[in-house]
Amino acid sequence: MTDAMIWLVALPLAAALATLLLPRSATAVAIGSGLATTVAAGLLLFGVATQGALHYEIGGWSAGLGIALRADGLSALLLMMTALVALAASVYASAYFSAVSERARFWPLWLLLWTSLNALLLSGDLFNLYVTLELLGLSAVALASLGGKHAAVAAALRYLLVGLLGSMLFLAGVGLIYAGYGTLDLATLASVVEPGPVAWTALALMTTGLLLKTALFPLHFWLPPTHASAPAPVSAVLSALVVKAAFYLVLRLWLDVFADVVTPAAANLLGLLGAGAVLWGSWRALRVERLKLLAAWSTVAQLGYLFLFFPLLLAMPPGPARDLAAGGLVMLALTHGFAKAGLFLAIGIIQQRCGHDMIRELDGTAQRLPATTFAIALAGVALIGLPPSGAFLGKWQLLAGAVATGQWVWLVVTATGSLLAAAYIFRVLGHAFGHRPYPNQPVTVAREEWPALLLAAMAALVLGLAGAPVWGLLEIGT
Amino acid sequence: MLTAQWMYGLAGCVIMALGLRGALLHASLLQRIVAINVMGAGVFMLLVAVAYRGPVLPPDPLPHALVLTGIVVAVSATALALALARRLHAEQEDD
Repeated sequence: MTDAMIWLVALPLAAALATLLLPRSATAVAIGSGLATTVAAGLLLFGVATQGALHYEIGGWSAGLGIALRADGLSALLLMMTALVALAASVYASAYFSAVSERARFWPLWLLLWTSLNALLLSGDLFNLYVTLELLGLSAVALASLGGKHAAVAAALRYLLVGLLGSMLFLAGVGLIYAGYGTLDLATLASVVEPGPVAWTALALMTTGLLLKTALFPLHFWLPPTHASAPAPVSAVLSALVVKAAFYLVLRLWLDVFADVVTPAAANLLGLLGAGAVLWGSWRALRVERLKLLAAWSTVAQLGYLFLFFPLLLAMPPGPARDLAAGGLVMLALTHGFAKAGLFLAIGIIQQRCGHDMIRELDGTAQRLPATTFAIALAGVALIGLPPSGAFLGKWQLLAGAVATGQWVWLVVTATGSLLAAAYIFRVLGHAFGHRPYPNQPVTVAREEWPALLLAAMAALVLGLAGAPVWGLLEIGT
Repeated sequence: MLTAQWMYGLAGCVIMALGLRGALLHASLLQRIVAINVMGAGVFMLLVAVAYRGPVLPPDPLPHALVLTGIVVAVSATALALALARRLHAEQEDD
């Protein structure tokens, strides 16, 4: 099963080179390698579930000198989500980009992005994480600029500068860690790190860098313009996966590696910023005129919920209650990944078919594009957190944790955010169901509508109804 | 010789802070790109200082490898930033 880890990085990387050399058959190569990568992610998830955490040293060079790949329950789950979302978006993109020149520019960058996501989730040391973060950032910026319009290029440039700033802060933290502890291996570091000025400064530097990249309020200013002006499949992956990669690192550092260093005050600060993100992001999503901006602001809000878990997890003693809450956090992240990808793909279809994405002028969309409207509704169910979506299970754990630790303020924030989410989703649906007669045909553009529909259904139905194994998998640590 | 290491390390931190200040405060795009590179130079200097292990032992190669990789990343990112900035500039002239 350790082979699957190598394939997860090697396959998309080889495919990225192949699509660069063979632009004419790029789509076939990309979809084929995407399928194979998804199979590898499935094998890895199966391997982690049956054999426990996996570990592989590339070329036999031990950690510290060589590159070690690691996979535990958390990374295997996120790799699986990455594969499913990226595969669905690839199928969508094969129809979205019609010109050969567009495809020739899109596929190599896309596969490089997929490679760096997989490599990041498999890395077990801080320096590889820095390198993969940079690869991810550069390919994401290049993809975001493919929109070509002035707004897209300006947003991509801002995204690049913010990302670089974040990387430099992260690298400075990495340098401090190496100066203080002489190791960059996460597992070794977890056993030697102790509270003190070095660990605090390093963690503060790395976390600030990562919060810039994951767009936590008030460092979210770059996200809405970037995600709203990129091509639809790119927006889907930026919102669903790329910001999550930086979040995954925050989670790893705070809950695994620096668990003994983190103080309740610091966790409360993250919680407060998360609360700000939930309220401000949801409010802005309710006020914007364009669907894509709505989806982007909703990403700001949904990332906020994930940070509400930090003060709860820190206040809970290790045990089943804490594991349940941690599982809820991952469930919320997974659900948002599928739902937001589905939502962005669906919005892309509306934008292409109707020529705009103004919310006010959506009347008749339900008759014209029934499957797409259904996908938006399903994704909306997951974003609000209604049962039976995975987000319902996640928010349930958030509320249960808030009650159990007596931190009522997070409960109020979650309830307000969910109400605002319901308002902005129903605002869209209200317009979409507005009457305007059109010939009735449920699925009009299968290759584009099915990926959106399946992703949204995954978030709203599958994760909620069959999500119990997630908690079991998360107990498989490194 | 410990003082020399500290001097380089602290100078690295100061350069980093100057670069960060420039990246946050300058309005001009080119100035911000340069400021981020200045900040990178500070981080690299800090890492080089970290590698020093006294006059007898050779310097630790690992931070040096980090700096080399960091420089490669910084160069490519700067190239991408400049390319995007040029495209923006060209479009503004068209308008």
